Amino acid sequence: MAEASPILSLKSVRKMFGAHAAVDSIDLDIAEGEFFTIVGPSGSGKTTMLRMLAGMDTPTSGDILLRGERINDLPANKRPTCMVFQSLALFPHRTVGQNIEFPLKIRGEVPESRKARALQLMDLLRLPQSYYAKNVLKCSGGERQRVALARALAYDPQILFFDEPLSAIDYKLRKTLEKELKDIHRETKKTFVYITHSLEEAMVMSDRIGVMRAGKLVQVGTPHQIYSAPNTRFVSEFVGDVNVLPVSLDTDGRLHSRLTGARLKPPPVPEGFSEGHLVIRPEFLRFLAKAADADNAVSGRLYNEYVLGSRIQYQVRVGEGVFAVEKLRQQAFTGKLDDDVIIGWDAKDAILVTD
Amino acid sequence: MRLSQGGKSAIPVVLFLIVGFAAPLLAVIWFSFMPPRSFSFGGAPTLENYATIFQGTNYISFLWSLSLAVTAVALLALVCYPVAYGLVRVFGKWAMLLTLLFTIPLFVSENIRLYGWVLFLIKNGVLLGTLKSMFGLQLESILFSLPAIILGMVYVYLPFMLFPMTLGISMVPNETRDAAFDLGASRWQVFKEVELPLSMPGVVIGFLLTFVLAIGAIAEAKVLGGQRVIPITHDIEIAFTYSQNWPLGAALSVLLMLVVGVLVLLALRRFDLDTFLGRR
Repeated sequence: MAEASPILSLKSVRKMFGAHAAVDSIDLDIAEGEFFTIVGPSGSGKTTMLRMLAGMDTPTSGDILLRGERINDLPANKRPTCMVFQSLALFPHRTVGQNIEFPLKIRGEVPESRKARALQLMDLLRLPQSYYAKNVLKCSGGERQRVALARALAYDPQILFFDEPLSAIDYKLRKTLEKELKDIHRETKKTFVYITHSLEEAMVMSDRIGVMRAGKLVQVGTPHQIYSAPNTRFVSEFVGDVNVLPVSLDTDGRLHSRLTGARLKPPPVPEGFSEGHLVIRPEFLRFLAKAADADNAVSGRLYNEYVLGSRIQYQVRVGEGVFAVEKLRQQAFTGKLDDDVIIGWDAKDAILVTD
Repeated sequence: MRLSQGGKSAIPVVLFLIVGFAAPLLAVIWFSFMPPRSFSFGGAPTLENYATIFQGTNYISFLWSLSLAVTAVALLALVCYPVAYGLVRVFGKWAMLLTLLFTIPLFVSENIRLYGWVLFLIKNGVLLGTLKSMFGLQLESILFSLPAIILGMVYVYLPFMLFPMTLGISMVPNETRDAAFDLGASRWQVFKEVELPLSMPGVVIGFLLTFVLAIGAIAEAKVLGGQRVIPITHDIEIAFTYSQNWPLGAALSVLLMLVVGVLVLLALRRFDLDTFLGRR
C-alpha cells in the first residue's frame, strides 16, 4: 500500500472549537485503494476529522489535499467523496430503490438507467431484488446498512467515509457486516476511510489504522504493528486486555517492578529509557513448572478464571498486581482457584513504552 | 360486566366526553330534524329544514366560507413556511424571542385585536391618517372589503399554521440533510427532496388546523369586512338569534360539520401522516 500515491493528504490539519483543538495538527497520507481506519475513544476528534474530510466542516488551519488538489473549501456536494453516517441517514419517506437512486436522480440520470444501477448495487450488497419497492424503515438493521452503503456507492465516490455505522448493531451481525464490508472493499477497489471506537473492529477490516487521542494521531500502522508494537500505553490498552506494569530501569540493565517487587529481564530498551510501562499481552504469559522455564517469572495466586469462548482468561494476583493470562481452551490450565502458581514470559514478548 | 383497571380509570373521561361532547352534538343533530321555528325536542322529525337550505341561497354563504378558508390557508402556508424554516434553522438564539412575539397576541381577545386592525386601517386611522398628515398621501382604505377579511384571517390564524410547521421542520433529522448534501444535492434539491417531504406532517397538521378554524370564522367578516360578505357561520348565528329558527340553524351547523369532516378525511387519506412519518 505504501508505494501507491496518496489519494488524500492531510497537512497540519487543525480544527478549533473556541480555544479547544478538536483536531490538532494532523499529518496523514491515505493511499489509493486503502482501507484506513481511524480509532479513538469518544471525544478524541475522529468525527470532527471525518467531517472535515467529507466537506461538512472546514479546517481552522492546515490543508486537505485530494490527489494533490487543495479541497479545504470544497463543499460536500462538490466533493467526489461520500459518507455513510452513524445513523445511516436513510430517507425514511423513500423506498430502498429510491434511496439508492438518490445520487443518480440528483445527477439527472434517466429512471431506467437509475433502476438498472440500483438493482446492480443491490445485487452486490446481497439485497433481494424484491426489496426495490420496500420502504426502508421496514428493513432490518443489517439491511439498512446495506442500503446506506449501496446509496453511497451509487454516488460512485473516489473515497467512501464511514462514521461508526456499525456501532448500534448487535455483536453477531456486526461481525458479519465487518467482513462483508471488507469484501465490498475488495470488490469495489475504492478507498475506504472508516472511523470507530473499537480497535477490534478496526483490526478485522483495515489495511492501516490510525489511533487518535485528544485530537492527535498517536500511532499509525498496520493492524499487526498496532497490536504487536504499540508505541504508547494508551495504544496498547486500546487493543484489549493487556498487562501493564509500571517499571523503572535499574543500573544493571534490569527492570524493577514496584508492584510485584520483581526484577525483570527487559525487551530491547528504547534509547534514553528510565521509567515507563512494560506491556505484556495475556496470551504471551504462561504457567510455569519452575521459575527458570522463562526469561521472567513471578509467583502469585490463581484468583479467578473467565471463559472467553475459544480462550480462557486466568486472573493471577502477584503482590499488589493483577495479571491476566490467556490460554486456548484446548490448552486450559489444570490448576485450581487459590493455588499458588508461577507465571512467566520471555523478554522478547513484552514491549516497553514510555508514555 | 367487570371492567379492567384501565377501563375504570377511563370512566371519568368517558363521562366527561358524553356530557361535554357527544350530548351537545347529538342535541344539535336531533334539533336539525325538528319542525321549523320549534323550540322543543319533542316534535315529529322532519327533513323540512334541509329542504329549505337546498332550495334557498345558503349555498352562497357556504361557498364564501369555503373560499375564504382556502384562500387564508394558502396564504398562511406561503407566509408561514419561510418563517417556520427560519425559526428552526436560521434565527438561532433569536428564534425564542420571535416565537414569543408570535405567541403574545394570543393572550388578547380576537375581537379586540380585530378592532385594533379597524383603528389601524380605517379612513384617517393609524395608517392612512399618518400617511395623509405626514406625506399628504390620500389612499382608499381597504377596510370593509374582501382583502381586509382575508388579512384578518391570515393574521388571526397565523400561530396555528406556524407552530405545527415549526415542529414539522424541526423533525427533519440533520443527518438526512447532510447526507443528501453529501450525495451531491444542491441546497434547493435538499429542500425539495428531503426537507419539504419530511416536514409534511407538520405542514398537513397546520393546514387542517387553520382550515377548520378558518371555515368557522365569523368575526373577521363582521368586523373587518363590514358584513360585505356573509359566511355560513353568520347565517347560523342569524338563524339562532334574529330569525329565532333554531332547527334551521341546527341543520346548517350539521351540514357545515359534514362538509368540514368529509374534506378533512379526504385530506388525511391523501396525506397519510403515518406514511410521512415513515411508520408504514
